[in-house]
Amino acid sequence: MSANGKKKGRKALFAQGNEAVVEGALIAGCSFYAGYPITPSSEIMESMAQKLPSRPEGVFVQMEDEIGGLGAVIGASLAGRKAMTATSGPGFSLMQEHIGYACMVEAPLVLVNVMRGGPSTGLPTSPAQGDVQQARWGTHGDHPIIVLSASDVQECLEMTVTAFNMAEKYRTPVILLLDEITAHTREKIFVPPVEEFEIVNRTTPTMPPEWYKPYEETVRGVPPMPPLGSGYRFHVTGLSHDINGFPTSRPDEVVALMDRMHRKIDQFLYQVQIVREIECADCEVCVVAYGSVARSAELAVTQARGQGLKAGLLKLGTLFPFPRRALEKILGHSRAVIVPEMNMGQISREVKRVNNGRAQVRTVNRVDGQIITPDEILKAIKKV
Amino acid sequence: MSEFTGNEIIHQYLRHNKKFPHVLCPGCGHGIVLGSLIRSVHSLALPKDDVVLVAGIGCSGRLAVYVDFNTVHTTHGRALTFATGIKMANPKLKVICIMGDGDALSIGGNHLIHAARRNIGITALILNNNIYGMTGGQCSPTTPEGAWSMTSPFGQMEKSFDVVELGAAAGANFVARGTVFHIHNLDRIVTRAIERPGFNLVEIVSPCHTQFGRKNKYKSPVDMYRWIKKNATPLERYNELSEDQRAGKLPLGVFVERDVPGLEERYQALKEKLMEGAR
Repeated sequence: MSANGKKKGRKALFAQGNEAVVEGALIAGCSFYAGYPITPSSEIMESMAQKLPSRPEGVFVQMEDEIGGLGAVIGASLAGRKAMTATSGPGFSLMQEHIGYACMVEAPLVLVNVMRGGPSTGLPTSPAQGDVQQARWGTHGDHPIIVLSASDVQECLEMTVTAFNMAEKYRTPVILLLDEITAHTREKIFVPPVEEFEIVNRTTPTMPPEWYKPYEETVRGVPPMPPLGSGYRFHVTGLSHDINGFPTSRPDEVVALMDRMHRKIDQFLYQVQIVREIECADCEVCVVAYGSVARSAELAVTQARGQGLKAGLLKLGTLFPFPRRALEKILGHSRAVIVPEMNMGQISREVKRVNNGRAQVRTVNRVDGQIITPDEILKAIKKV
Repeated sequence: MSEFTGNEIIHQYLRHNKKFPHVLCPGCGHGIVLGSLIRSVHSLALPKDDVVLVAGIGCSGRLAVYVDFNTVHTTHGRALTFATGIKMANPKLKVICIMGDGDALSIGGNHLIHAARRNIGITALILNNNIYGMTGGQCSPTTPEGAWSMTSPFGQMEKSFDVVELGAAAGANFVARGTVFHIHNLDRIVTRAIERPGFNLVEIVSPCHTQFGRKNKYKSPVDMYRWIKKNATPLERYNELSEDQRAGKLPLGVFVERDVPGLEERYQALKEKLMEGAR
C-alpha cells in the first residue's frame, strides 16, 4: 500500500453496475459471451461486444433469442471456455430449461439477471427483486443452484469474479441477481489488478482418456471436466445418466447422480454462503436485506443506532443456498427480523422458514417499481 | 472380405461400452444415416477427437450416444445453439448437428434460419421422417398435406415446409437433399457437407414406418422405401420436367453451393485486425 492509502496498480473507474460486471468477468477469465439484449441488462452485452473481440481468446456472439444465448454459453463451456450471459426477467424465464440442462450436465457458467418488474414484460426499467424464487426454482426438477447478489457497483465487480470461481469450482451454473438500481447507478470503483484475486479454474482430468469416467464420484463430488476435443471423448446428455454419461433409468444410478449433484454443493455450504454482518453482534432488531435495498437498510440501521435502537443488518451476498446458519446466530438474540425487499416477500419466506416462530418477522414490500427508502425501513425498525 | 468393409469401418466408430441394441424401430432409416455419417468422417480421415456430434431430442437425438465422437445430446430444438457455442469457442472442431424435422423446423426453426444466416461452420443434418416419432406420431412441419397423424386425424390441413427452400433462402452455404434409399449418393453429399466451410444443410429423407407409414397406407417399411425409389428424381432431371410432371416428385441433389467463409473464419479475421491495431 502506498502513502496515500491507495493500493498500487488499482485502476479507478467511474462505472455503472453492468459495466462493473464486465470488468469482473474479464478479470475472472471469461472469454465467451453469447446472449440477447434486454433492458435493464443490455449494457453488459454491449460492453462485452466492445471488449471481447480485441482480446486474444475473446468471442462474442449475439444470438437470436435468450434460449439460444444460454445454449451457446453451455456449448462454449463444454468446449472449455469460461462463459457467461446476461438477461432480465422475461429472458430469464426463457432460459429456465437450459439452466436445468447446465445443472444436469454440470456445465460451469455465469448468468447475470438484472431483475425488472413483473410478471410478464412488467416494468422494463424499474427496479424490482421479483426473480429470487425463480432463480431458485425456475427450472423443473430438483437441483442445487448458487444464487448471488450485489448491492453496489464495487460489489458487482467482485461478485462476478466470485460467481465464476464458484461455477468453476463446483461445476455448476451460478446466477448473479442484480436489480436495476445497482445495475444502472454510476459510482467510482477500484479495479484491482488480476493478481489480487484468487482465480479458480475447473479441474481437468489427468488420467489416460480410456480410464476417464465423466461423471464419476470424487472426494469433492465434482468430477474433472475436459474440454471437448481434447482427447477425452464422452457423451453429454440432459437425460439421467450413469458415471459414463450414458442415459440410464436404473433407480440406483439415478439416485447416485442426484445425491452427488446436491452433495457437491451442500458439503461446502460455508464456502458458498457469503453474508456481511453490520452491527449484528448485539442487535435486537435485525434487518435482512440484499441488493440495492441493503444500502437503504444500512443507512436505516445507522440512523436507528443514532437514536439508541439496537438495530443490525444482515446483508445477503448469497441468496441460495440460503445462509441459514448466519441467520440462526442472529435469531438467538434478536426479538424481531425485518425483511425489506422489492417483491411480495420472496426472501422473507426463507427467513420465516429458518426462524420457525422464534422471533417476529416483519416485511417491507414494494412492487410498484419504486425504491425502498431508508425512512421506510427505519419506520419498521421503530415499530417492532 | 471386401463385402464386409462397410461394417468394419462402422465398428471402429461405435461405442462398445454402450449397451446395444439401439432404440430404433425396424424399418427406420436413421441407422442408415448414422452409417453414412461414419463413412463420411472416415473417408475424410477426420480424427475422432476433432468431431463433435450435437444432437437434439427425439429418435434422431438418440443417435449420438452410439458413436465414439465427442457427443452432446441437447435440449429439444436447440442443438444448433449449443453447436454455435462449441464452434465459436473452438473453430478447429468439426461440428455436426443431427436433428429431426420437428426439432429443426418447428421448435428450432428460429435457430435454423439464424444459423444459416450467420453461415457458421456447422454441418446440419435434418433427418426428415415427416412425423414426430418418439412422442407417438403427431404431425410435424413436414407432414404432407392430407397425411394422417395423431394430431391431424382428419388429414393434415397445413402446408408443409420445404427444408431445401428454407435453408437456401436463409443463406446456407450448401443445401442438399438425399435419402436413405440412395446410400452412395447420400455418402457423397454428407462428405461434401462436412468438408466445406460455412453452414451446410442436408435434408435426409428417412422413413418412419411405425408412426407414419403404418397409418398412411404403407403396408410395410419396404413400401416406404419403394415410394422413395419411385418418386425421387435427380435435380437435373427434375428441372427438365413440366409443372404437372413434378407433382409428388422428390428432387434430390445439391441445390445451393456457395463458398462464403464461415462466421468463425470472419470473426477470426476481425480479431486479427483488432489485435494488430492494439499492437
